[in-house]
Amino acid sequence: MENKTSFLPREGEAQPSRCPDNSAFKQQRLPAWKPQLTIASVLSCFFLTGAFCLTVGVCLVLSSNSVREIQINYSDKCSNCTKLRENSSNWNKECHCSVNFTLKEDILGDVFMYYGLENFYQNHRRYVTSRSDAQLLGRNVNIQRSKCAPFSTYRNGTPMSPCGAIANSIFNDTIDLFYKRNSSVIQVPLLKTGVSWWTDKNVKFRNPESYNLSSAFAGTARPPYWQKPVYLLDEEDERNNGFVNDDFIVWMRVSAFATFRNLYRRLRRVRHFTEGLPAGNYTFRIAYNFPVTRFKGRKHVILSTVVWSGGKNPFLGIAYLVSGTAATLAGFVITGIHLKLRKKKTYFQKQ
Amino acid sequence: MIWKKHFFKKTCCQCGDPDTEIQNEELENRGKVRKRKKKTENKRVVISNLPFGSKKWKENPNRYYDSNEIKTTKYTIFTFLPKNIYEQFHRFANIYFVFIALLNFVPVVNAFQPEVSVIPICVIMAITAIKDAWEDFRRYKLDKEINHMGCYIYSREEHTFVEKCWKDVRVGDFVQLQCNEIIPADILLLHSSDQNGICHLETANLDGETNLKQRRVVMGFSSQDTVYEPEFFQNTIICEMPNNDLNKFKGYMVQPNNEQVGCNIENLLLRGCTIRNTEVAVGIVIYAGHETKAMLNNSGSRYKRSRIEQRMNMDIFICVGLLLVMCLVGAVGHGIWTGNFQEHPPYDVPDSNGNFVSPVLAGFYMFLTMIILLQILIPISLYVSIELVKLGQVFLIHNDIDLYDEEADLPIQCRALTITEDLGQIQYIFSDKTGTLTENKMVFRRCTVDGIEFSHQENDRRLRTQRELDLDSEELAKLRRWAVGALSRGRAAPREPLRRAHSERARAGPHGGSRSLRRRDSGQPQVAFSSPMEKDVTPDSRLLRRVREAALQTESFSPFMHAKTSTSFTDFFLALAICNTVLVSTATEPRQRVTIPPPIKPSGITLEKIHQIFQRLKLASLSQSFSSSQSSSQLGASFSAKNTEEPLAVLESGDDGASSGGQELQDKGSTDIGSASLAEVFGSNRSLPAEFCYEAESPDEAALVYAARAYGFVLVSRTPEQVTVQLPQGTLLTLDILCTLGFDSVRKRMSVVVRHPLTKEIVVYTKGADSVIMDLLDNSPKGDISTERRLKRIKERTQKHLDYYARDGLRTLCIAKKVLNEDDFQKWANFRQEAEAAIDNREELLIETAQHLETKFTLLGATAIEDRLQDGVPDTIVSLQEAGIKIWVLTGDKQETAVNIAYSCKLLNQRDTVFTINTENKETCESLLNLTLEEVKKNCESNQPQRKLFGIMPRCPWAAEAPSREFGLVLDGRTLSAIVQGGLQEKLLALAQRCRAVLCCRSTPLHKSMVVRMVRGHLRAMTLSIGTYSLRGSRRRQALGVSLSGWMGFIGTNSVASQRLLLQLQFVMRVWV
Repeated sequence: MENKTSFLPREGEAQPSRCPDNSAFKQQRLPAWKPQLTIASVLSCFFLTGAFCLTVGVCLVLSSNSVREIQINYSDKCSNCTKLRENSSNWNKECHCSVNFTLKEDILGDVFMYYGLENFYQNHRRYVTSRSDAQLLGRNVNIQRSKCAPFSTYRNGTPMSPCGAIANSIFNDTIDLFYKRNSSVIQVPLLKTGVSWWTDKNVKFRNPESYNLSSAFAGTARPPYWQKPVYLLDEEDERNNGFVNDDFIVWMRVSAFATFRNLYRRLRRVRHFTEGLPAGNYTFRIAYNFPVTRFKGRKHVILSTVVWSGGKNPFLGIAYLVSGTAATLAGFVITGIHLKLRKKKTYFQKQ
Repeated sequence: MIWKKHFFKKTCCQCGDPDTEIQNEELENRGKVRKRKKKTENKRVVISNLPFGSKKWKENPNRYYDSNEIKTTKYTIFTFLPKNIYEQFHRFANIYFVFIALLNFVPVVNAFQPEVSVIPICVIMAITAIKDAWEDFRRYKLDKEINHMGCYIYSREEHTFVEKCWKDVRVGDFVQLQCNEIIPADILLLHSSDQNGICHLETANLDGETNLKQRRVVMGFSSQDTVYEPEFFQNTIICEMPNNDLNKFKGYMVQPNNEQVGCNIENLLLRGCTIRNTEVAVGIVIYAGHETKAMLNNSGSRYKRSRIEQRMNMDIFICVGLLLVMCLVGAVGHGIWTGNFQEHPPYDVPDSNGNFVSPVLAGFYMFLTMIILLQILIPISLYVSIELVKLGQVFLIHNDIDLYDEEADLPIQCRALTITEDLGQIQYIFSDKTGTLTENKMVFRRCTVDGIEFSHQENDRRLRTQRELDLDSEELAKLRRWAVGALSRGRAAPREPLRRAHSERARAGPHGGSRSLRRRDSGQPQVAFSSPMEKDVTPDSRLLRRVREAALQTESFSPFMHAKTSTSFTDFFLALAICNTVLVSTATEPRQRVTIPPPIKPSGITLEKIHQIFQRLKLASLSQSFSSSQSSSQLGASFSAKNTEEPLAVLESGDDGASSGGQELQDKGSTDIGSASLAEVFGSNRSLPAEFCYEAESPDEAALVYAARAYGFVLVSRTPEQVTVQLPQGTLLTLDILCTLGFDSVRKRMSVVVRHPLTKEIVVYTKGADSVIMDLLDNSPKGDISTERRLKRIKERTQKHLDYYARDGLRTLCIAKKVLNEDDFQKWANFRQEAEAAIDNREELLIETAQHLETKFTLLGATAIEDRLQDGVPDTIVSLQEAGIKIWVLTGDKQETAVNIAYSCKLLNQRDTVFTINTENKETCESLLNLTLEEVKKNCESNQPQRKLFGIMPRCPWAAEAPSREFGLVLDGRTLSAIVQGGLQEKLLALAQRCRAVLCCRSTPLHKSMVVRMVRGHLRAMTLSIGTYSLRGSRRRQALGVSLSGWMGFIGTNSVASQRLLLQLQFVMRVWV
C-alpha cells in the first residue's frame, strides 16, 4: 500500500480531504475476538462441556437419591371421605380419616411434611389472576374493581376477605402425625410456621391495621368455600393469623404445574424426635375437607428430608446427564468426521 | 441568416405598434383556447410572461404550470404525525403489533397489563418516526437552499434582468444565465453570447458525464445582438407535456405570422446542468420546478427491497401462519378440555357474573389470548434492529478506507441505503467493457491508410517507457514524501499507516500505483480524457514522411494533378481531425473555448500568397534541413512578415523529434513574433495558443484528434458552421461544415459534410464501425479497371489489417469519404431540412436521411485504438469467478476484440471451452443451442460422480481435485435478437448457467438491458450491474447497481471508486454478511 499512501494531497494545497478517518472504530479495528475454530479447540470444547455436565449430573442424581421420602396417596385410602366430599351439599359434615404407615429406618435430619395435589390446574389463566394483592397487603380497597370477580362480594354487597378464586379454593385439610411408641401414641410435634417465603410473609401479606383481627376484618365475610373466617385461621398464634397465616400464604403462591406439592409442616426436633423421625409405626390423622373428585384429582401427604440440591427431584440431574452425554457424543462424531476427512483437501483449505 | 434578421425586424416593429394591448388580448385568448385544448391534446403552451406583469397575472395562461419552487419533503409539521403513522402502517408488522397491543385492552382475552404492552410498539414507531423526521428535515433544508439560489430574471418594470431566487422563476419567464451558473429550470435557449448561437452544458449533475454538450439557440434566434430583448418575444411555444426523458424534447414555436419553428432537445437547457464556455445565455422557461426533466427523473428514491427483506417478509408470513395454527390448536384443545368437565373444578373461574362460558366461546377467547401470549414468535424489534444494523453497515461502508480512491479523493458513495446487504449475495455480474473493465482512456496505436499498415512502433516504445517512468517517479514521490514528512512532522506522518493490515494482501494489479501517478501528473481531472498517455502520439516515421509529401502536394495547390495516394493520406488525417464533435479549449484556460473568428474573407483569396510562401519555404527547408533550432528560429523570423514559424519547424526537425521541436518553436513563435503578419494573411488576429485541449463526447474521438495532431493536422477551432484545421505546413484550413450527422447506435457511424475551401468540393467524411463502413463502400463498376482493382485491393488489405487489430484487442474504426456534387447535395439538404423541421418521428427521419447520404464511400483507412485494462481487473475477475459469481460482459465491440479482451482480463481461460454462437437464423440458433447444451450437460455429468465422493459437501464443486472443464459462451447482438425473437431464452439461460462467463459482443444498449432483464426475470438471481447507462437503465427493480465513479462519473446506486475496490467491497461483504 505504500504506493497509495504516497499520493496523498501535498501539504499546503490541501483542501479538506474526503478520505475517511483512519480510526479504529471506523475501520472496524476495535479489539474483537474472532475465534479460529480449529479441530483441537472445538473438540476440547465439546469434551470439556460433556465431562462437566456428566459430573454435575451424577452428583445431582446421587444427592437426590439420598433424600428419604415417603409419599402417601390419602385420597384413595380415605375413599369414604372422598365419596362424602363428592357431593358439595355435605360440606358441613366432618370427615376424619387415619392412614397408617411404617418407617423401617430412621429419617434423620430435618423432616418436612408436604401435601400434594394432582390434576389441580392452579396455573389456569383466569385462576392465577383472580386475587387482589392490594387487599392482601391489608389496604382498604374496593375489591369490586379487582380481578377477584366473581369471588369478590356476595349478592348483598358484603366483600369477601380474602377475595378471589385462589383464596376461595384453599387447601383446607388438616393433617396430624402420630407416632406409636411402645403402645402409647405420641403426637409428633410439627411447626406451622416458617413454611412460607420470607418476602411473602413479611412484605406481600399484611393484615389490616386495627386493635384486633376480628375488628380488622369486620364488615367482610369469608369466601364461600371457607368454613371459618380468615381471622380464625390460627387462633393460637396472633402472628400466624389472618392474611399472614403460613398455610394461606403457601397456597396463594400458585404452582406452575397441575401436579404439585406445597410445604405444610416442619418437624419440631424435640424429645424423641431430636434426630429426626425414628423408625416405627406412624399414623396420619386427616380432617378431610378438600374435595378432589370434581377435577379427578388425588391428594398426597409427603414426608421428606432435604439435601444441598433440594428435595427429591431427579430432573436436574437427568437434564445434566443428558446434555453431558449429547456433548460427548457430538465430540466423538466430530472426531470421526475429522479423522475421515483429514487427508482430503477441502476447498477452504486450498486457499 | 438573412431570413432570421428579417424576422427579428418584424417582431420589433410589432412591438412598437400602438395596438400592443389588443395583440396581447389576442394572445391571451389564444392561450386560453390552447389551455382548454391542452387537456385533450397533451400539449403544453408557453408564452412570454412579460405582457402580463404582476397585475394581470390572473390572465396569464402560464399560471397553471408549476412554479420553480421545489419541495421534496414528505411531511409538514402538521401532517407529520398522521402521515408518518400512515406510512408506517404500510409495514405489515407494525399493523400486527398494534393489533395485538389493542387486543390486550379487551378484558376477556387480555394476558398482560394493557398499558405496558403498548410501550414497545410505541417506542419502535417513535424511533422510526424520529429517523423519518430527521431525513425529512434534511431534505427541507436542502430544498430551501436550492430554492433560494439566485438567478437573473427579466423584469418588465426595470427593463433588465434582476436577481431573484430560483423559486420565483415561473414558466414563461426569461432567464439570463452566466458562465458556470447552474440552470434553475428547463429553459428553451433563445440567445447565446456565442455568435453561433451555441451554449455549452456540463451535464455531470444529471448523468455524470463530464464532457460538454452543445446546445443551440432555437432556429431564427441566433442574432448577433449583444443584448437580448425579451420584450420583443411574441411567439407561442407549443411543446409536449413534461416527461422524464432527458434525451428527448419535442416542440415548436409559433411565430405571430403563424410560421412554425421546430425545437428539440438541442435547444433545451436542462435544470441542474451547468453553463460552460458561454458568457451569457438567455432563454424562456418551459418547465419549472417538479415538472423539469431532472426532477421528474429523480422522482422519489425508488424503494428497493433487499433480498433479505423479501425473505424476512416471507418468513414473517410463515410465522404468522404457524402462530395461527398454534393458537387454533390451543383454542380447540381448550374447548374440548373445558367441555369435558362434568362439574366445574375450583380452578375454573366463572366470569364476573358467576356464569361459566360455553366451551366454544371459551375456545374462541383462548384463541385470542393465545395470539397475545405467542406474539413473541414475531419479534417486535425485528424491523427496527434490522434498520439500525443497515444504518451501521452503510456508515461503515462509507468510512471504509479501502474503498476510498485517493486519486479522485472520493470515498465510496452508497445511494440506496436499503439494499447494501445484497452485495454479498451476488450471483451474476453484468459488466460493461468500456470504462468498467477498461480505463476508457483511449490510446492511438495503429492505423492503416490506403491498404498500407503503419505499426507505430515508436509509439509503442514510448508507451512502454512511459510506464517505466511512472514507476521511477513513484520512487521519487516516495522520497519526496519522506522529506516532507520529516520537515513537517505531524502533518504528513500520521497519514502513513493508512491502510488496514489486511489490505496489504488484497492489493492487486501489476501496475499498482502507476495509474495514480499518471492521473496526478495531469493535475485535477477537470478536463476529461487528457492524460499525456492519450495526448502524445509519436508518429510513425514512415507515415509521417508520406503525410508530409502528400500534404505538400495538396498545399501546392495543384488540384488537377494531385496523385490519388497523397490525397487519401491527407484526407485520412483531415477526416480524423474534423470528423468528430470535439470541442477545442486551451490548456491555460480550461473550459474557455477557442473561437477564432472565422476569416472574413475565404482563404481562397490569399491562395496565391500562400502558394508563394510555400514555394519559398520549400527552398529554405532544403537548404537548411539540419540547422539548429536557434538558426531555424532566426530563419523563421526572417520570414515572419508573411509566415509563421510552425511550418519550418515541422519541415526541419528530424522524424523523431518532430513534435517536440515543433512545440518549442511554436512557443517561441507565439511569443517572439508579432501576430500582425498572421492577421494580414489570414484575417485572423492572433497566433495559435501553445496547447489545445480537446473535449470529446467519447474518448475515441479525442484519441483520433490527438493522433491527427501528431501528424500535423491540428484541430484549431470548431464552430457549428466551420472547422479550422492547421495543416502540417502551418496553413489554417477553414472548412465550412454543411452538416454533421451525429453518431447513433443504429447507424454505428458519424459523418460530416464539408466544403473543401480549396477544391470547392463537397466531401462527406465518415468514420464508423468497420462492419458498417465496409458494406457501404462503393462497389459500382468504374470505367477505369485499374482504379477498380486498386480499390478492391485496398479494401481487402484493410480488412486483413482490421482483423489483425481485432485479434490484438484493439478498437477499430474505419474512415471513409465520399465526394458529392452540388446538385445531389442540395437535394439531400432539402430532405434533411424537412426532417429537422418535422415534429413527429423526427428521429427516424433524421436517421433515414443520414443513411441516404452515407453510401458509396471510398475507403480511406482504418485506425486502431487501445483501451487499456484497468488496474487489477484480471485479478478481480479471477477472484469473483473463484467465488462462484458468473460474469457477463456486454460490449458493443467487435467479436474478436471482445474475445481478446476477455482472454487478457482472464474472463476466459485458455483451457476453457468457448462456444461461439453467431447466427441470425432462429432455427440454426435453436439447434446450435441444443447441441451446445447437450455437450455441456455431458461434461457436467462426467463431473457428477466426482462430487458425490464428498459426502458432506456435495454442493461445493471446487472440492474436486481435478480441474473440471469450464465453459465460456460468446454471443453477438444478432444472435441475441434471434434468441429473443425465437423465444429461446430458457435454452440460452440453461446454457449460460453452466458457463463460467458469457460475453455478448456487438450488442446495442437495447440488447444489454434485454439481457439483464432476461436473467433477472427467468433465473430470479441476484444480479449486479456495473457500468454505464444502458445497464443502469434496466436495473430499476431489486437489482443492485454499482457504478464506478472516477472517470465514468458517479451515478447509480453505489459508486465504487474503481474496479479494484469493487473486489474488496464484494469480499468484505461476503465475509461479514
